[in-house]
Amino acid sequence: MTAVAVGFFGMIGALLRYGMDEAIGRWWHGAFPIPTLIVNLLGCFALGWFTARIKARDDIHPYIKTGVSTGMIGSFTTFSAFSVETIQLLEKGAAGLAVLYVLASLLGGVLFVAAGFRSGTSRFGNGGMDP
Amino acid sequence: MIAVLLVGAGGFLGAICRYIVSQRLSRIYGRFPFGTLTVNLLGSFLLGWMIGGEWPESRLLLWGTGFMGAFTTFSTFKLESVNMWTNKAYGKMGLYLGMSYTAGILLAFAGYSLAKIATMR
Repeated sequence: MTAVAVGFFGMIGALLRYGMDEAIGRWWHGAFPIPTLIVNLLGCFALGWFTARIKARDDIHPYIKTGVSTGMIGSFTTFSAFSVETIQLLEKGAAGLAVLYVLASLLGGVLFVAAGFRSGTSRFGNGGMDP
Repeated sequence: MIAVLLVGAGGFLGAICRYIVSQRLSRIYGRFPFGTLTVNLLGSFLLGWMIGGEWPESRLLLWGTGFMGAFTTFSTFKLESVNMWTNKAYGKMGLYLGMSYTAGILLAFAGYSLAKIATMR
């Protein structure tokens, strides 16, 4: 049953990613894969925040909690597009941009998870990464 | 409109498959996030294969943007890495990050190149 909840929320996450990719792709036409980077970093912040603020709450059904974190935020962000975009940059001979993309994802992802987590713990102080 | 249906259906299935693989693998190897690592590496190879094989747009929306996009995940991977850092498991974190990025990009390249070779024939 949890799997169905993950699927339902996963559908929403995938559609949000697609919508954002399309929207950002309307004004960004450069070689650098800005849409995936923005989606991934935003998702990292959201998952950090959710883990800190919502995960420990017992008034929210586990289906919803796993659905939103694993399903929606998990499907909103993506790793496969990141890998393929990196090799496409390398194929175009844009090695500098490829390195920049990997570093921005590597460091940015960690920073955005940490920032989200911090913002989730700051105001009410409930929850924790290891409750 | 049809694009929304394709991406939505792919996302639904991809998320369920990721959840099942993660559950199975975390039960077998509890201490290391092999579930996330497996879906990310497998998904990188398969998406590389699809893009290299120049799949038509509707198939790419369903299986690429929808399924592989949801099957693989970036946020959980990063959260797990940050948790390792918080637990002072720095070696494990380095291994996890190193393996994900190195093998992910290499496997995407392998899938992409293999599809290019296959379609040339």
